[in-house]
Parts: sequence; C-alpha cells; structure tokens
Amino acid sequence: MTELIAGLFNYWVVIFLMMAGLYVVMSSRHLVKKIIGLNIFQTAVFILFISMGKVSGGSAPILADGITLYSNPLPHVLILTAIVVGVATTALGLAIAVRIYEAYDTVDEEDIAALDTDDQQRDNAVLTTKTSS
Amino acid sequence: MISAQLPAIVLLLTLLTAPVCSMMRHGDHAWKLSMAAVWLSVVAAFALMQQVSGGVTLSYEMGGWPPPWGIEVRIDELSALVVVLITLFGALVISALRESLRTVMRSHRHSLYYATFLLCMASLIGITITGDAFNVFVFLEISSLSTYALIARGRDRRALVAAFRYLIMGTIGATFILIAIGFMYMVTGTLNMADLAQRLPEHTDNRVIQASFAFFMVGIALKVAMFPLHYWLPSAYTYAPKATTAFLAATATKVALYVMIRFVFDVYGVEFSFEQMRLDLLLIPLSIAGIVIGSMTAIFQSDVKRLLAWSSIAQLGYMVLGMSLLNVNGLTASVTHMFNHAMIKAGLFLALAAMIYRVGTSQLRDLSGIGRTMPLTTAAFVILGAGLVGVPLTAGFISKWYLISGALDKGWLPLAILLIITSLMALAYIAKIVDVAYFKPVPADHQPVKDVPVSLLVPVWIFAVLTIYFGIDTDMTAGVAERVAQTLLGVAS
Repeated sequence: MTELIAGLFNYWVVIFLMMAGLYVVMSSRHLVKKIIGLNIFQTAVFILFISMGKVSGGSAPILADGITLYSNPLPHVLILTAIVVGVATTALGLAIAVRIYEAYDTVDEEDIAALDTDDQQRDNAVLTTKTSS
Repeated sequence: MISAQLPAIVLLLTLLTAPVCSMMRHGDHAWKLSMAAVWLSVVAAFALMQQVSGGVTLSYEMGGWPPPWGIEVRIDELSALVVVLITLFGALVISALRESLRTVMRSHRHSLYYATFLLCMASLIGITITGDAFNVFVFLEISSLSTYALIARGRDRRALVAAFRYLIMGTIGATFILIAIGFMYMVTGTLNMADLAQRLPEHTDNRVIQASFAFFMVGIALKVAMFPLHYWLPSAYTYAPKATTAFLAATATKVALYVMIRFVFDVYGVEFSFEQMRLDLLLIPLSIAGIVIGSMTAIFQSDVKRLLAWSSIAQLGYMVLGMSLLNVNGLTASVTHMFNHAMIKAGLFLALAAMIYRVGTSQLRDLSGIGRTMPLTTAAFVILGAGLVGVPLTAGFISKWYLISGALDKGWLPLAILLIITSLMALAYIAKIVDVAYFKPVPADHQPVKDVPVSLLVPVWIFAVLTIYFGIDTDMTAGVAERVAQTLLGVAS
C-alpha cells in the first residue's frame, strides 16, 4: 500500500494538479483565472514527462567526469519546448483578455455572455424591423 | 540538387518569409513578398506530388541526423496531397487578402497580419510533412496560436471572445495530445512515427498505450471539430476577418483530420484501433450525429457565415464517417472529401467575403437581391454551392459517391439513405441563399452596390472552376485517395 503511494508519489501529484487545473478552467468566471488554470494543467504534464525520464541512481543529464549513469535527457528537451509553447499560449491568452477588457469593460465570462446575447438580440431586432417596413 | 532538398524548401519558404514580412512598414510590400513565397511553395508542392506519385515515400533527414535520433521528414502520397491543399488554397486566399484587409484594419498593421498568416501556413505544412510525433505537437501548437491571433483581429468584438474560447479549448486538446505522446514514449522509447508503428503492436495489452490512444483521440477530435467537441467552430468562423475564414475553413480542420488518419491507421494500426479498441463504435454514431445536427442547424441560421460554419461541421462528419467505415471506398471518400470540401468551402467563404466587402454585413436579409447587383460573384457562389450539395459534374459528387458506395459495401442501406437525405438538407440551405439572392428585391434603404474588384473576383472564380474541373478529372484527388486508402488499410490493389 505504501509502495503504491510513496513509490508513485510523482504520478499522484500529476493527477492532482491536472484535475485541479481543469477544474479551475471550467469553474472560473474570471478570464485570467481560466488562463492560470490552464497553466496548472500544463505544469502537471511537464512533471509527468520529467518523472518518467529519471533513471534510478542516475545523475542530472549533464556530461561530467567520473559519472557513468545519467537520467534520460530527451524528456527534459521535450519539456523545454513545451514550456515555451505554454508561455506563448499564456501571453496570447492574456493579450486577448486585455483586448476583451478594453472592448467589454469586464473580464467576467457571464457578464460578457450577457452582453453578447444583447448584441445578438439587437441584430435580430434590426432584421425584423427591416422585414416589417 | 534542389529536388533532393524539396521537403525542406516547401516548409522553409513560408517559415522564413514570415519574420521578414513582420518587419516591413508598407502592407503592399509585405503582400508582394508573401505572394512570391506562397506561389513558389505551390510549385514546390506540385513538384513533391510528382516525386511521390505511384506510392513512393520520401524520407529526408533534417540536419543530416539519421532517424530515430534525428527528426525525419516523411512524405507519401497522402502528405503530398495535403501539402498541395494547404499551399494552393492558401495562395488563392492571400491573393484576395490585400483588398479584403483594407476594410478591416489600418494599412500599417497589414504586414503583421501577413506574417501571422504565413506562420500559420508554414506550421500546417510542417504538421503534414513531419515524421516525428513530438514535432507534430509543436507544429500543431504553432498553427493553433497563429489561428487564435488571426481570428482575434475580426471587426466585431465577439471575435475576441471566440478567439479566447478557442484558445482555452484548443490548448486543452493539444495538451491531451502531448500526454498521449508522453505515454507512447514511456513504453516504446521512441518518438519517430515509423518506429512507433513497428514497436507498438507488441505493447497493445499495456494499459498505458490504451490510455494514450484515448487521450490522443479526444485531443485530435477537438481539433477536427468532431461532434460533440465542435463548440468553438461556429463562433470562430463567423467573427474572424472575412478572408481568413476561407483559409481556416480550408486548412486547419483538414490538417487535423490528416493527423487523425495518420495516427489511427499508421502509428496505432488498424488492428489495435478498430478491432481491439473498437474506435468505429465510437466514431460512427458521433459522426452521424454531427452530420445531422450540423445540417439541421445550418438550415435555421440567418447569418450566412454561421450557416456555412455549421455546414462545415456536417461535412467534417462525412469525413470522419468515411474514415470509420473501414473499407477502401470509405477511406477514399474521406481523403477525397478532405480535398474537395477544402476547395469548395474556401471558395464559398471567399465569395461571401466579396459580398460583405460591398454590402457590409453577412445577414441573409441584407444580401437579398444580390444576384442582380453582383452577378459574377453570386454565379460563382451558386456553382460552389452546387459542389457542396454534390450535384453531378462537381467535385462534391465524387466524394459523396464514394461515401455512399462505402456505406453500401458494408450492407448498411439505412446509412446510405441517411447520407442522401442530409445532402438534400444541404440543398435546402444553399437554396435558401440562392432564393434570397436572386428572387427577392434589394432592400430599399441600401446603397447601390456594384461587383467587386478583380483581385477579389479572380480567386473566387478559380475556386469555382476547380470545383468543376475536379468533378470531371479525378486523377489527382480520387485516384491518389484510392491508392492511399489501399495502402493504409493494408489491402492489395
């Protein structure tokens, strides 16, 4: 039982972070909080990759004299790329959130949806007045 | 010598032009540079198609590192067809983009827009030609990020919300694909797709591989906008800038479908995906639901852009259905429709962009009588609409024919009848537009409009002519698709 928890501790953390991140994305009304939830979710995946790259008894994958066993460097490379992708996504998401704030005066998702429905009803009202005239 | 480097050239032309475009001050110079880059890529794509015709697979080592340690570029007939799709339709849309952008943003921003557009094209080409699974994820994210930026530049403020929703959903989907790649690497130790295809069959009992298959299918289904993960598509297509919707409708979802076909049939294999994991039991009901719901929702839309977006969801349902029928006719239909629908939808959205350029809105009421004020554009729209429905002598007929043959090959007559009924639904929403365009009077409070400038009209008519051409000469589309289907399914011709 302890082997199941202690031996696989990294993977339990991964599962917890992944679910926490997805919950934050789904339940938050604030756009910036959604982006933070997305970041937490992506961090969980990074931990998953790095945990699988560790070789028992291996040292950090940097060449040095006298060390014969290294951890696998490839997951580290993959995760560096994925971190950069995550940073770019966060930057773009925040830029769009700033523009939404300038256009709507709010970053609350439900208020934005209400304003959008008003827009939609205004469009439809214009249509009906045109057809009736 | 150049022909040996073609796989790298077709990617690098657009990729390297993008930063150069972003540094230019005048939108017109950036447009001319982009035109040169993309039309050269079209030439390179057709040259590649020539090189792989007949079933040859090109393998190119990036940087000279041999696979499986280096990133390999693998091009076979399916990849070459998709590269031709991306470059040719992207080039036609960019030709129309200079005129169309004038009404959307100020001219000093145009260069940045072309740069983003070129990045999107380059990354889509990258997804198609790469032979490394993680590279697929990287290029997929590049294409998604540039797509979010392209959509957010729409004039209506709802474009920002559509781009934000697509960003959240798209990133979750791409991260699911990353998890799937991680699981596959964990078990087999390789990221090269051909190597994975060889090593995965011995691990099919491993629950990690089964979990990776599940994560991958959910992630890629979101990118393909397969029902029920299609929520982002209608708003994104409706509020994006006019000509951009044409490009996105033609390429983004089709390339995601290519990734789905490549991984399901090549990497995971037919036995694992369909016989062990029973993917067909999942895909067939969902794709039928997508087709029916997409067509029905399209009939009731009053905004023509949103109507065409829901029609895209229905057509993507056809493609996924063809893939899951598991016979040569079905898969041929899927690949052929991928090409034909890209062509038809891009033409339709571009014709609609021309109409909005003059009229100002895409609401159906405001477009009444447009058949008389803009005769050339509307005539092209009608030809493309006939292609969408599947009238004989147009490209749409070819793909529908193969799809119905595939359904009949399995002995499912009700499905074949359902496909014919949904084609009639497509006829309903196209007829609705044609009726308003030709048989209703022009609204009294409208400014008089005339037809659009040549730079917008010529690409639209090229799409219309191609629709008829590929309905008659099907060597490049259905011929290639049939050979691809036979190879992927492992059936001797």
